[in-house]
Amino acid sequence: MAIVKVDKLAKSVFQGPSLMTGSYPTKDWMEVPAVFKPGNFAYPAKKEKVEYMNSQQGLSFPNAREWWPEDDDWKLPENWKEIIINGLKDRLDKFRSLKIFMDCCVRCGACADKCHFFLGTGDPKNMPVLRAELLRSVYRNDFTLAGKLLGKMAGAREMTVGVLKEWFMYAYQCTECRRCSVFCPYGIDQAEITMMMREMLHLVGVGINWILEPASNSNRTGNHMGLQPHTFKDNVDFLVDDVENLTGVRVEPTFNRKGAEILFITPSADVFAEPGLYTAMGYLILFHAIGLDYTWSTYASEGGNFGLFTNNQTMKKLNAKMYAEAKRLGVKYIIGGECGHMWRVLHQYMDTMNGPADFLEVPKSPITSTVFDNAASTKMIHISEFTADLIKNNKLNIDKSRNDHVYATWHDSCNTSRGMGLLEEPRYILDNVVNNWVDMPENAIREKTFCCGSGTGLNTDEIMEIRMRGGLPRANAVKYVHERYGVNTLGCVCAIDRATLTSLMNYWVPEVTVAGLTELVGNSLVLEGEQRQELDEGLRTLV
Amino acid sequence: MKYTFPLAAVIALVLIAWIGSKIPGMQYLFGVVIPWLAVATFIIGFCYRVVHWAKSPVPFKIPTTCGQGYSLPWIKHDKLESPATTSQVVARMFLEIFLFRSLWRNTKAEVHEGPKLTYESSKWLWLFGILFHYSFLVIILRHIRLFVDPVPGFINVLEFGDGILQIGAPSIYLTDVTILLGLILLFGRRLINRQVKYISLANDYFPLFLIFGIVVTGILMRFFLRTDIDIVAIKRLAIGLATLQPTIPTNIGSIFYIHLFLVSVLLAYFPFSKLMHLGGVFLSPTRNLANDSRMRRHINPWNPDIKPHSYAGYEDEFREFMVDAGIPVEKELPPKADEE
Repeated sequence: MAIVKVDKLAKSVFQGPSLMTGSYPTKDWMEVPAVFKPGNFAYPAKKEKVEYMNSQQGLSFPNAREWWPEDDDWKLPENWKEIIINGLKDRLDKFRSLKIFMDCCVRCGACADKCHFFLGTGDPKNMPVLRAELLRSVYRNDFTLAGKLLGKMAGAREMTVGVLKEWFMYAYQCTECRRCSVFCPYGIDQAEITMMMREMLHLVGVGINWILEPASNSNRTGNHMGLQPHTFKDNVDFLVDDVENLTGVRVEPTFNRKGAEILFITPSADVFAEPGLYTAMGYLILFHAIGLDYTWSTYASEGGNFGLFTNNQTMKKLNAKMYAEAKRLGVKYIIGGECGHMWRVLHQYMDTMNGPADFLEVPKSPITSTVFDNAASTKMIHISEFTADLIKNNKLNIDKSRNDHVYATWHDSCNTSRGMGLLEEPRYILDNVVNNWVDMPENAIREKTFCCGSGTGLNTDEIMEIRMRGGLPRANAVKYVHERYGVNTLGCVCAIDRATLTSLMNYWVPEVTVAGLTELVGNSLVLEGEQRQELDEGLRTLV
Repeated sequence: MKYTFPLAAVIALVLIAWIGSKIPGMQYLFGVVIPWLAVATFIIGFCYRVVHWAKSPVPFKIPTTCGQGYSLPWIKHDKLESPATTSQVVARMFLEIFLFRSLWRNTKAEVHEGPKLTYESSKWLWLFGILFHYSFLVIILRHIRLFVDPVPGFINVLEFGDGILQIGAPSIYLTDVTILLGLILLFGRRLINRQVKYISLANDYFPLFLIFGIVVTGILMRFFLRTDIDIVAIKRLAIGLATLQPTIPTNIGSIFYIHLFLVSVLLAYFPFSKLMHLGGVFLSPTRNLANDSRMRRHINPWNPDIKPHSYAGYEDEFREFMVDAGIPVEKELPPKADEE
């Protein structure tokens, strides 16, 4: 699909009549139906993918069918409404967060202009509070006294097909980035509400293919790209060749090796496509430089978790491979690569869902002997924690000047920032591997960082305009440091970012490229026995 | 207009109490029965709601981290914004509940030509919120003097402090001014701020009008309509209510019954409304949990029994490719028949 020209979109963001630009809607939000047209919805999940997921132990993806968002008739099951209301009741009983978030909002509006989708589209229903009201209105109608007595007067409305369509539209214009939750006086987290809406939509067979296909791939082949074991290995082997061409050093990764000390798991996109490939080369170089006894796994070859974007059962099932594989291979602990939502799952969900990992040991760096007691229970540490410790202990031979072609800025990924608190480790690494880097303005970084606009499985081409609008706040802050300091590289610790920020930069700030942190580490490492040519673009240099 | 109905409702409530309290014999209803019912509804409703929330488990530990988490010893841990222990969580909650920490962060976003987005610090909502809530708290505490005898020392101190300006006779309470200001500003926001105006519901205007009514009748009683107001009689009624031995003095004017009736409505309305944020703020899982989920395992009581797609199943499907690619396998390939 041809994406709207940047000048036109730029004008539209500023001048188009919207709540952001100064106009006020003529109709109450309950009177405005969701209208689907090409470009504003992600394609529905293919029937066979839904059926496959439904056939897996512990998962339920009922009501698989062919349907299309633009059609009036979504071919919902006859008792769809009952399914939704029961689904809501079930979730209220299971998640205290949902009950609290349904009852406590005072509509103060603190979250309203914090969402990147609202900032980019000006659509009132992208204000987190209103996105939550899409669900809250139904909750009031069926689960509260005031709603039952006063109906619409109390902000209640009946669940209708129109409401369901609204849920589908706006639950897929939220990337579960949690920025709203930082500003809410009660910590109401739209990510939770979006998760619940998506879970309930799956109950009636409504989901998108860009999530369910990767999820089914992850289940079957071990990674969301659907790379079969030999292909996965081939891809890494290509990178080994590339590293040799560039540095003269042959690194020797192993796969599914029993008895390795450490299992390394990263998003599969890192071994599949630029610019993640350079990050993967960085991992290979780094682990070689320190002589780490580690293995890749083809069975658990996906760090990212597309289950998080569907329902908690799928999240658990996909995540369970990590511990299962660690146990099978008999490793001591796991290091996880760079990824945002992956780390939300690993940090806040994994141990609860699939622990206790009592067959693993508390992570201890074999190089520095540092014990990572912050991961004493999960036994899984972030590559940036591991690398920062190596640098602090002077275990890496770094030549910062090898990154002098880089003037970097730092993108805090939503989930590592607001669902983990990983803020200083990457900055410490940057300080030590590049000579030139600068932070973006303070309201756009750290816990206030902006999403790439395409997280939670929304990085699909058919909604490119929405993605470019949603990513605008991030791009805008990058543009600021680009124009002011000549920044040419946007660093990040997220595989989705590496893919989506690249599209975003190409669109809004084409002079800036995207690089994973470990790519920058890899650029700067001096290897023993290297025969390195002049690499004026680091690992990206064509030789 | 979403505020017309709530406004009409509050006016109707005022009229009900005004007219009702003038009917002989009805003073007992408005002075004793309704307040008692309201207090009972408040207490039972509030507890019910909190217990109702607490009945649902917290399956996952999902604090929103707003600062550096506990990590390597030489990395400065932000204990307040990303607490790792219970005492740090308590400190974070204290800031949230008593100082409205999150609202303090508020920014206002604007889009300019380019497009260029800007985010400026905007502490108005924080200020209005603090003005309103703290004024309300002091006013409630001041009222304790009506229900107990002798009046505790700290209430006298509070009252003295509140009236320290010594303007007028009786002297003006600071909090009477600030709560009015807070209410007007919070209401004004809902009319003027486009985003807030669009999201506001009748449920948002009603409590504002109701509390406005309570404050205005209170101020009228103290400063303007004093002729019918015998403070000794009111205290006798209040103590009677508190000790469950009610007496209805005859010399209390309607303005008092209006005030009391509006307070009763507020109490009874409270547990069924968004005002329950008073209880909810303590229980919000994104704020009241420690960011220690990799250090200490959090238990989900309904953790479903779900197994991963097994390694054995995976190897069965791809064994041939794996062997060809030199990837170790658990089970070797069966010897091929045609190799003989």
